[in-house]
Amino acid sequence: MAIDPNSKPQLAPGVRLGENNNQRVLLMPERALRLIGPSLEIVQRCDGKHTVAQIVADLQKIYSKAEPHKVETDILGYLQLLRDERALDFTA
Amino acid sequence: MTNSLHSPLALVCELTHRCPLHCVYCSNPRELAARATELSIESWASVFKQAAELGVLQADFTGGEPLARTDIVELIRAARAAGLYVNLITSGLPLDEAKLDSLLAAGLDHFQLSFQSATESIAEEISGTKTHAQKLRVLEWLKPRRVAVTLNFVLHRRNLHQIGEMLAIAESSSATRVEFANVQYCGWGFANREHLLPTRAQLDQFLIDVKAAEERFRGKIRVEYVVPDYYAKYPKPCMGGWGRKVMLISPNGDALPCHAAAVIPGLHFENVREKSMREIWESGEAFQKFRGEAWMQEPCKSCDRRAQDFGGCRCQALLIAGDASATDPVCSLSPNRAKVDAVLAGIQEPQTTPSAEFLYRTNPS
Repeated sequence: MAIDPNSKPQLAPGVRLGENNNQRVLLMPERALRLIGPSLEIVQRCDGKHTVAQIVADLQKIYSKAEPHKVETDILGYLQLLRDERALDFTA
Repeated sequence: MTNSLHSPLALVCELTHRCPLHCVYCSNPRELAARATELSIESWASVFKQAAELGVLQADFTGGEPLARTDIVELIRAARAAGLYVNLITSGLPLDEAKLDSLLAAGLDHFQLSFQSATESIAEEISGTKTHAQKLRVLEWLKPRRVAVTLNFVLHRRNLHQIGEMLAIAESSSATRVEFANVQYCGWGFANREHLLPTRAQLDQFLIDVKAAEERFRGKIRVEYVVPDYYAKYPKPCMGGWGRKVMLISPNGDALPCHAAAVIPGLHFENVREKSMREIWESGEAFQKFRGEAWMQEPCKSCDRRAQDFGGCRCQALLIAGDASATDPVCSLSPNRAKVDAVLAGIQEPQTTPSAEFLYRTNPS
């Protein structure tokens, strides 16, 4: 199932940002994902207000030296992974 | 040692051994801790703080039944204040909507409801109590509330055929995760092993159904399951490796590397009332005993998989091979695998009538 660029991702119930030993982590049932660099930038924008397309545009600006299409593919892949982990909900 | 030592990630908190259920496969030790010996809220608060400082991210509140603690709301608040993510692993009893609201207001992150079966009659046969209808009520209460929900179905011979009904319960709930957990044959489960082990035919059908569900639910509900130990080719990395990721605190404050470790003779467990969590984690005798690889025998010692499964379960090695340092006998490379196969050979006839021979878990004084 592809990710709709106009949908707005937000953290699912029981999923939240945490911190340990100065490391940002995404906490969820029985799991914790370490957030570094772009993954933190993405998750911080999963607030139910940014669309997927806006998140892509933001990160293409931040990582302007990277190939824009690769940035988009990486972000969609990461969002899909978080969705399958049930860490994200998407609203229209 | 200390340089390569990982921080524990999860703190399993057996808040009490008291429980309204009497499940025949309970993971608690056969010797249960009495109410009078339970840690106070102040001691637990100190444990949470020390755990967070050690690097622990998640606290698993379990028991017994954690809701049997009258100070459960304060316990959740204390764990959150220490910075931990709080999982509640519960039978859903005793609970009402007002109590649920107070748990959530205190900061509960994740509600994990355990099921003995998909129907009342089998659930009663397994737990010795009528609680299934209450669990279904709890699922309704959870629907409008903002909290992560996991359904945990414990699988065994009496319910493995109910996979369809289990999935239907999950689908009609607000769960984002469903966990199919196999009975672990230590403690009470070991005493009832012959009545609980599924047949090969049951397991094969279950695996087909659960794989289909995993695909169907993708993006909606995360489905988790593993092949049960006795039917697997290799052992599981029990607890993610001994003294590697998990620290368990028993109701009276003993620190254990796993739920069942008390079955291993000669292991001495240190207590959080007497020693710091860091001291226990880094140099406690029980945590050191099977940490790393020095304790391993052949075939583990020279096996390529030793860094993947860490030799499997120490308690299972003791119970089946009679030696806690042996290779987990479920491993196809173990010289004791024949003992597991002999047990399996004895149970292949499907059992249709309820068993009256279960040994039910008792309650502590």
